[in-house]
Amino acid sequence: MATAPRFWRENPSRYNMVGFKCNSCGRYNFPPRTICPVCRRKSVGRIEPVKLKGTGKIFSLTETHEGMDTQNVQKPYVVAMVELDEGAMVTGQVIDCDASELRIGTKVRIALRKLSEEGTAGVIHYGYKFTLVRDGPDGPGDE
Amino acid sequence: MRRVGIIGIGITEFGELWDSSFRKIGISAGLAAVEDANISAEHIDALYVGNMSAGRFIRQEHVGALIADYSGLAKGHIPATRVEAAGASGGLALRQGFLAVASGMNDIVVVGGAEKMTDVSDVESSLIQSSAADQEWETELGVTFAGLHSLIATRHMHEYGTTREQLADVAVKNHRHGSLNPKAQFRREISRDVVLKSPMVSSPLRMFDCAPSSDGAAAVVLCPFEMAGKHAEMPIEIVGSGQASDSLALHHRRDICTMDATRLAAKRAFKMAGLRQKDVSVAEVHDNFTISEILAIEDLGFFSKGEGGKATEDGRTALEGDVAVNSSGGLKARGDPIGATGVAQAVEIVTQLRGKADERQVKDASVGLTQNVGGTGATVVVHLFRREM
Repeated sequence: MATAPRFWRENPSRYNMVGFKCNSCGRYNFPPRTICPVCRRKSVGRIEPVKLKGTGKIFSLTETHEGMDTQNVQKPYVVAMVELDEGAMVTGQVIDCDASELRIGTKVRIALRKLSEEGTAGVIHYGYKFTLVRDGPDGPGDE
Repeated sequence: MRRVGIIGIGITEFGELWDSSFRKIGISAGLAAVEDANISAEHIDALYVGNMSAGRFIRQEHVGALIADYSGLAKGHIPATRVEAAGASGGLALRQGFLAVASGMNDIVVVGGAEKMTDVSDVESSLIQSSAADQEWETELGVTFAGLHSLIATRHMHEYGTTREQLADVAVKNHRHGSLNPKAQFRREISRDVVLKSPMVSSPLRMFDCAPSSDGAAAVVLCPFEMAGKHAEMPIEIVGSGQASDSLALHHRRDICTMDATRLAAKRAFKMAGLRQKDVSVAEVHDNFTISEILAIEDLGFFSKGEGGKATEDGRTALEGDVAVNSSGGLKARGDPIGATGVAQAVEIVTQLRGKADERQVKDASVGLTQNVGGTGATVVVHLFRREM
């Protein structure tokens, strides 16, 4: 079992999608880094923390049936790589929808959800998952 | 730099070796290699051991010294070093041994690789394998190691029209090759239908798209090429060695359908060797999932991007094809004891170049290649091997 700080220190990014903008090249990235992977030294002092909008499109996806700790997920579940509107790529679960509704290019948005818990009395870890952005009277999306 | 030869090889059976401990399999591969090289312990200058995660699989770290000790090398106090780069640990250990001999630092170096995976449950084993990916920004969010390769497969099918059947053909071919390898974990041929009807792991990848959990070890003995003739009837030269890295997380790559680290490691190895893709007749590539072999044969330059599935379907990577890919059965059928895999690949290529591969012998094999991948492509090691003409 990991100690609470192992997860707690990343909470600003896991709860609020705080990434960064490199003011050398203008690219957005997630999660925060000390230097921009493209500009390297030129980016020192030019990394600006940015809260990303949390909306984007599915770049690739899979429905996972086996291989995960069964305590923390209902199987099967969908995982997608999502290209956020700012251009950053992230990976996460897509929830509250049927896998058949999802395609490459489908619009999704971030939702804060429980990721896992360490036993019945342990720390509960929260973070981002994605929900479908629905058009029409049921939309938009989450709740 | 000095030229480097391989003068001995050894490998255990791969599989669920319940009655064998980590140290037992490590030593038996090492002993076989030393016997094959016809040397004894006092000749050995250094030992490198490829191992991914003994700490989590068997709760034992410090396995470089452990293997040296149980190999009877502790009295000689030789340097013993464990090398880790997830799935590429074995290939990277081989590269460290190669560099030690090429540099003139050591003359006779033993390179081993070992992993004991079946002392933990299947779920635990897959969680350990997923630690090769980015724990904080991939695994913690719920994606499995198979899931990451499924994201690659989904996208490759979308961009290039690679079919579900073509993925299955990788497994069918490698099982056919594995059926001819007495050391392989799976020695039975399978049909396309078996793959397509096997349980779903993470769509589109099914059980028969995934390499198994395995126990096993492999070892090689290296020495300066000019001395190699004294020890081996047919020494095999390592003519090229390339290594490259990339972002740890798949979602930070330039293109998830291409392993840039494979392209660059291959480019560096081919340049060092002064060889081209068409010179290679046999290649052991990192097919931990069927989609991985499709990417490998494209990114190594054997086929154009997007053509890997079609080439496999057309039999161009079979034993009698343009380039025989995974004549051993690959990770899929020979088995994938993680740290051993990269060294086992070298053992297969040396066996082929010596002309000793029996039923699975590739005709007139004189140049061979290995490609060993860590994680989803954050480390790749490529080696080229040549038989003296």
